[in-house]
Amino acid sequence: MSLVFAGVCSHAPGITGRSERADPAVRDAFYASFDRMRQALEASKPDALIVIGAEHFANFFMNNMPSLCVGMGDVYEGPIEDEAWLGIKHHRVAGAPELSRRLIEDMMQDVDLAYAQEWKFDHGIMVPLNFLTPRYDLPVIPVNINCQGPPLIPLKRCYEFGRALRRACDRAPERIALVGTGGISHWPATPDSGKINEPWDRAFLERFLNGKREELLAYRDDETWREAGQGGFEIRTFIAVSGATEGCTGELWFYAPIPIFAVGCTVAVMNLS
Amino acid sequence: MSLYSVQKLIYQLNREPALRARHNADIESVLAEYELTDEERQAIREPDIGLLYVMGVNGQLLMHYAALRGYEWTQYIEAMKAGERKYGPVRTGLYSRAEGRK
Repeated sequence: MSLVFAGVCSHAPGITGRSERADPAVRDAFYASFDRMRQALEASKPDALIVIGAEHFANFFMNNMPSLCVGMGDVYEGPIEDEAWLGIKHHRVAGAPELSRRLIEDMMQDVDLAYAQEWKFDHGIMVPLNFLTPRYDLPVIPVNINCQGPPLIPLKRCYEFGRALRRACDRAPERIALVGTGGISHWPATPDSGKINEPWDRAFLERFLNGKREELLAYRDDETWREAGQGGFEIRTFIAVSGATEGCTGELWFYAPIPIFAVGCTVAVMNLS
Repeated sequence: MSLYSVQKLIYQLNREPALRARHNADIESVLAEYELTDEERQAIREPDIGLLYVMGVNGQLLMHYAALRGYEWTQYIEAMKAGERKYGPVRTGLYSRAEGRK
């Protein structure tokens, strides 16, 4: 089949861990958009969900850091964080190892990848799953792009990875859903946590939702760091989704800065044609 | 190399329940297995989240570690601010203060 669903969303740990401290009206509208995304995901009847995340040292460290890694496990588990701190209970999540292996072998024709049969999810994947697959009953294939420990993979290679992922999905008989999760501008895990550059976010989203490849790939990390914080490096996950949905436009279902969540909270879904 | 070691210790504590249990029961035996400076050992013992932040420990490692050591969110943010006041700006890495940070 191919991709039957593609979208992007935020994953900040405050979204679930500090929910009671947010403005209820904005928070509830955000949660409702997440739930609308869940319904659209379910309506697409996927066999598996690929989550392109930007993990935060749950599995990968500077002793052996892959730029791109794809899960090939039978089962995953998470969160690594304290359940009460994150507001998400520990779960085991089924993988789709046979599909993973085919996708990996296919993508390897074009891009260099690492793979992993062990993988612990942190908030970067658990927060999206909490909203999108709340029963944890959809097999998941995690993908990680190193956005935390420089040197970081160039944006153009994230885009090319997305294209390779799409080609591999097109050749698989399964119905596959894709969710990218990251940034956008934010300064998480710093004294500036809660700072959000809304104009920067909206400009980025305009490029993303209209599939403006050249403009997306024109971002430079030094500028992103200054204007969008070190958390802005996570635009790599969105850019990979853009590569996987080349030629498509998207719809923004939610965007609002929620400072106690430390990010401009985003839900967007691509129109797959 | 030493900052690397303290980050590796935090990385492993964050993700490995068995190491965490040993750390809680006998922190010195865990510290002895890593090549750390006296300042780093002391920062882990206390823990001094502000000092670890100023040393340049990646914030995404430190956020999970602060939670693991029982820091509530506001307390954790305040600990980083207090660290900057006490020890000066972040010394190295992605989180060092620069023109983009206000």
